[in-house]
Formats: sequence, structure tokens, C-alpha cells
Amino acid sequence: MKINKNLRSNLITYGIVIIAFIFCQLAISPDVKGITISRVMRNQLVPVCAYIVLAVSLNLTVGISGELSLGHAGFMSVGAFTGVVSASWLASAFTMVNEAGKTVPVMSNTLMLILSMIIGGVFAGLAAVLIGIPALRLRGDYLAIVLLAFGEIIRNLLNCVYVAVDGAAIKLALPLAGSSAPTFGQTAKVVIDGAKGTKNSVMSVAFNNERFIVAFVLVMVTLIVIFNLINSRSGRAIMAIRDNRIAAESTGLNVMKYKMMAFVTSAVLAGMAGALYGLNMRTVTAVDFDYNMSIEILLIVVLGGIGSIRGSVIAAVLLKLLPEQLRFLQDYRMLVYALVLIIVMLATNSPLLKNLLGWLGSIKSIADFGKGVVNGGKKVRGGALRGAAAVVGGLAGGVGGVASWLEKRQHALEAKADGVKKIDGKAGDAE
Amino acid sequence: MISLLSHLLNGLSLGSVYAIIALGYTMVYGIAKMLNFAHGDVIMIGAYISFCVVFYLELPPVLALIIAMAVCMVLGIVIERLAYKPLRQAPSLSVLITAIGVSYLLQNSAQLIWGANTKAFPKMFTLPDANLFGGNVHIANNTISMLDGRLNVSGNTVLTIITCVVIMVALTLFINKTKMGKAMRGVSEDKGAAELMGINVNLTISVTFAIGSALAAVAGILLCSTYPTLLPTTGAMPGIKAFTAAVFGGIGSIPGAMVGGILLGIIETLGKAYVSAELGDAFVFAVLIIVLLFKPTGLLGKKIHEKV
Repeated sequence: MKINKNLRSNLITYGIVIIAFIFCQLAISPDVKGITISRVMRNQLVPVCAYIVLAVSLNLTVGISGELSLGHAGFMSVGAFTGVVSASWLASAFTMVNEAGKTVPVMSNTLMLILSMIIGGVFAGLAAVLIGIPALRLRGDYLAIVLLAFGEIIRNLLNCVYVAVDGAAIKLALPLAGSSAPTFGQTAKVVIDGAKGTKNSVMSVAFNNERFIVAFVLVMVTLIVIFNLINSRSGRAIMAIRDNRIAAESTGLNVMKYKMMAFVTSAVLAGMAGALYGLNMRTVTAVDFDYNMSIEILLIVVLGGIGSIRGSVIAAVLLKLLPEQLRFLQDYRMLVYALVLIIVMLATNSPLLKNLLGWLGSIKSIADFGKGVVNGGKKVRGGALRGAAAVVGGLAGGVGGVASWLEKRQHALEAKADGVKKIDGKAGDAE
Repeated sequence: MISLLSHLLNGLSLGSVYAIIALGYTMVYGIAKMLNFAHGDVIMIGAYISFCVVFYLELPPVLALIIAMAVCMVLGIVIERLAYKPLRQAPSLSVLITAIGVSYLLQNSAQLIWGANTKAFPKMFTLPDANLFGGNVHIANNTISMLDGRLNVSGNTVLTIITCVVIMVALTLFINKTKMGKAMRGVSEDKGAAELMGINVNLTISVTFAIGSALAAVAGILLCSTYPTLLPTTGAMPGIKAFTAAVFGGIGSIPGAMVGGILLGIIETLGKAYVSAELGDAFVFAVLIIVLLFKPTGLLGKKIHEKV
């Protein structure tokens, strides 16, 4: 059997994920002594899986469909909130009395998690259909701003929503005027408490290997869905529309249908990841899912390479795990992210770099072409890295200098103000 | 009735700030065909600079305004030269992502320099106490009271509206009457043809960024005079809303930005007053989506015909 290039590349990606998972399982297992994992890292495993799914699904919109979405966190929050509500509802609606005489949910936590993820995905998909019908008619920058607006609307709405479960009933309130929280009665259990966010009392937030396995399965499902979509007839249509909308339209492709397909698939996956993320935390608030979170996911996609699924997976892992290792960089972390975003964009679009690579390739024989590109790439990368380091260092130094001067000035002013007060106080005493 | 009038005036004032910011977005879009996402953060930098001049250096507010405008002008030109100019030929996705990167960079630099704590913005400009129109209008404590004290308007509100009108008139004259304005119109029409006619495109784009950023500094001071809390994220939300206003009015169109900004300010204030204070922002964005549904290029935007 002949394995084509696409399939081989996809199999490598699956392989990387599976090997990473097996490695994590070995590290978690108490029987294996050689490999261990710190508690902090272990608690990061499920969120990292959620971020992989988010990044891969955003890559479908940005890289494959070519539409910049600045509202991905909106779909994630829809998934997270509906996921927590449905898990609480499943736990309170289907109960039984166990041997000890206690009332417990019929379903296991894992089953509730899976069902909640599906429900979260469905609701995020519905939201995507609602917003996609008007928004996807717009193009480029207009679409980006509408999706950003959508993310903000969702955040605003979720900030005012109150939900409680009472047995098999779900009670919902959206108080418009005033900010007083509504009351749901004695037996009701508040699940979403307005601006205070979700209350996840169903699942423990401690690390749970079953939940990690579910998260891993979600990552695998996402990869399978996306790879199959890209390599299908529909996927080729989506990419054709990205590359030249007018040409694609004139060959008879239904632009709206294919754009919608990519957009909704991406939102459903983001919703499932959101439900997983929300149920892994004690609380998540609507404010957590602001525009900064959309940007953070976009950063993962850009760093991993727009359009490269494997890149998104690797970048998600690195970007979520590195900050834990780089605590000393904490203050400068976001600054470095911003610089990386700019430098990656400048470097990938710079004609200088492209010419350099082309030149390095052309002066050697065809056989050396690859080597030349790789070496050239390495050299350029080294240079760029050194340059970037210098810029970061310089900026950090400058920023630090200004900040310390401001602090000194502040102290001086405060001292002056204190002096005035003291004199006033003395004068007051004398009277 | 009186409360509606006062809400309308407040809305007009907020809308004036949005309009000034939106002018920066729309001018840059018209000429460089890019969304300058970092514009909102230039507002914040302008506000911080003026805060520093008044608070640390203890200089008069007028000087603070001039210094903030100058610093933002330089900042705008530097950003354009370093981050956007190399990407003139790049796809719009790359440019947008770079602009987001610049926005993040400014926010985080500001956080490192000035800290994440809220700074109380000092009172900069106040109206002198006076009695006007035969004693019908009193000005005291920077508040104007009219109709026997039933309608009280803050001095900042009036100042903001007046500044906005002055800026709009000046900008319209500049665009329509001066040589540079003509060059800007030419570049926004067709960059290549403008270059062949001997227009210095790079200079024109730099001047556009400089004007937009100077306006952002003015907007920053006006905004912080009305809402006197200064944070590294102060510019983000007004920036996004002004951006919305520019799209609402039809991006690339200068009258569109003015109309869009003022309408958005009024809609937001009335929505917050009469519908829900918490959902005010959601209301603004919902209006944007509805407008774009019916007029995909905004209220005054030109319909672009695609040539194949």
C-alpha cells in the first residue's frame, strides 16, 4: 500500500500526541519510578489538552478557511457555561439512593463529563450558526470586528446570567435592571452566579486520570475530524475559497456553505474544549473569556504556523507549559509574547528573508537545495533570535529604568506631601 | 424630559470622544488599507504621558496636552515604520496580527512602566465661573446649570463636544484645502497612480499616522478627564468601541467616522440609562451587527465593486 504525503504527515501528528500521552501516563503512574511529573505540571495536563483543541479548531478558521476570528473565546465560554450547567443538571436530575442511604447521581463523573462536553459543543455550534449567518457574509476586517463584537456580547450576557438547578428543573434569570441577584428558593442549587461565574460542585478539581483520558480522547477526536475535513472534498473547497473566493465561486462552489462548515466545526470543538476547561475548574467567570483569551489562542496558532495543525498542537503545549517553567520571566512574559507575534509576522513576510533563502538555494546544486535552506534558515533564525534577544533586553532595561525613576519621583512627591501634612498637623496642635 | 436631555448631552460627549478616536482608525484605513489595532493603546499612552507631565513634572495642563500629542505622534510614526511598513504587500491577516501584537506590546510596556495599579487622573481643564445669557446660565465648580438649575452639565462634557467640533472642522479643511490633504485623498484612491504623480506615499502615510496618533492623545486626555481612572487597559475598550464606530459609519470615510462615533456614544448612553447598565456594551455591539447585516460597508461606506 502506498502512503501518500498527507497521510504520512497526519500519522506523524497522531503519533506525537499518542507518544506524549503514553509518556504522561507513565509519569503519572506510581508504579513507574523512572519518570515523574510535578504536581503543578500534572494539574496543567487537562487545561493543556483543552488549549490544544482550541488552537487546532481556531487554526481551522484562520489557517484553513482564512478568516480571522477574534471571538474564539466566546465559543469557548458558551461551551464552558452550558457544560457546567448540564453537568450540574445531570447530577441533580438523575439520582439514586446508594447502599449507605445517600442520594448520589446515577451517572459516573466521566459519563457526565462526556455528555456535558457534547452539550457544550452543541450550544457553541448553535451560537456559531446564529452569528455565522450574518457575519460570514462580511469579509476580512469587517468579519474580524464582528466576531470580536460577538465575543464581547457573549461575555456581557454571561456576566448577568443566573442559573440554578432544582431537581430536574433548570431555573434561569437575566435581571436587566439593577444588579441584585435573584433568589431561586431553598432547594435550588446556584450553578451560575452572575459576575461571580460558575459554581462547579459536581466534579472535584483535583487531578483525575479519567478526566485526562477523556481530554486526550477529545484531542484525538479533534485531530481526526480536522484532518479528515481538510483532506476531503469539502476541505479542498474551503481552501479554494480561501485562496481565491471569486474563482471558487465561479466554478460553482457554494461559498457560504463551506465557510459555515469550517466556522461551525471550529466552534463546536471550541465549545467542547470549553466544557472540559470549565468542569476542570472550581469556578470560571465570564471575564476570564475576554478578548485577551482569544488573542492568546491566536498567538498559539500564529506561533505554531498558520495552517499547520501539528504546529498548533506543539505550540499549545509549549506555550501553556513554558510559563510554569519561566516563572522568573513572569513580568516580561506578555511583553515577550507580543514581540514574538510581531517578529514572526515580520519574518514570515519579509522579502529579504525569502530572497535570502532563495539565493542560498539557487547557488548550490539541486541536491544541496534542502541543506542550504535549512542552514540558511538556521543562520537567519540564529541572527533573528540574537536580534530579538537584544531588542527584548534593551526594551526591558529601558522600561525598568523609566519605572524605577517614576517610583523614585513618586516617593519624593509622597515625602513632600507628608512633610506638608506634618507641618499642618503641628500648626493644628499649636492652636 | 430633562433627564433625556442630559443623557443625550452625555451621549454626545462620549460619542465625541469615540468620533475623535474613530477618525484615527478611519484615516489610517483609508490610506494604508489596514486596521491599526494598536490605536486604542496609543490613547492610553497619551493619557499616561499627560498624567506624568502634570503629576511628576508639575507642568501646566496645556503643556501636558502638547507633549502628549508630540509623543504620540512620534510613537505613531515609529510604529508605522517598524511594524507596518515592511508588511505593505503582505496579506491583511498578517498585518492585523502584527497590529494586535503592537497593541499587546504597548499595553504590557505600560504595565511594566507605570504598574498595574489605577492612577487617578488629575483635573486638567476647568471652565471659569461665570454668569451668561442674563443670568440664565450659571457656571460654577466646572458645572454648567441651566433652566433654573434643573439641567446640570459637567464642564468636561461641554469641553469634549467643543473640542470634537473644532477637530472635525479643522480636519475637514485640512483634507479638502491643503496640498497634503489632496495627497492623502490621492493615496487613498490609488496608491500606485499617486506615486506616479509625484506624491511621496511614504511621507503621506507617516503624516496620516502622526495626525491619527495626535488625535488619539487628545482623545485620551478627554476620556480620562471624564472617567478619571488610568490603567494600562484604559485604551482597549474605548479603542474597540471607536473601531466599531468607524466600521458602523463605514470605514475609510471621515464623515462616516464622525457620524458613527456620535451615534454610537448616544446609543450606548441611552442603552445604559434605559435598558440595562450591565448590558450597555452588548447593546453597542448588537447595533453594529444589525447595521452591518443591512449595510455591509457601514452607514456612509462606499460600495466596493470587485473586478476579476
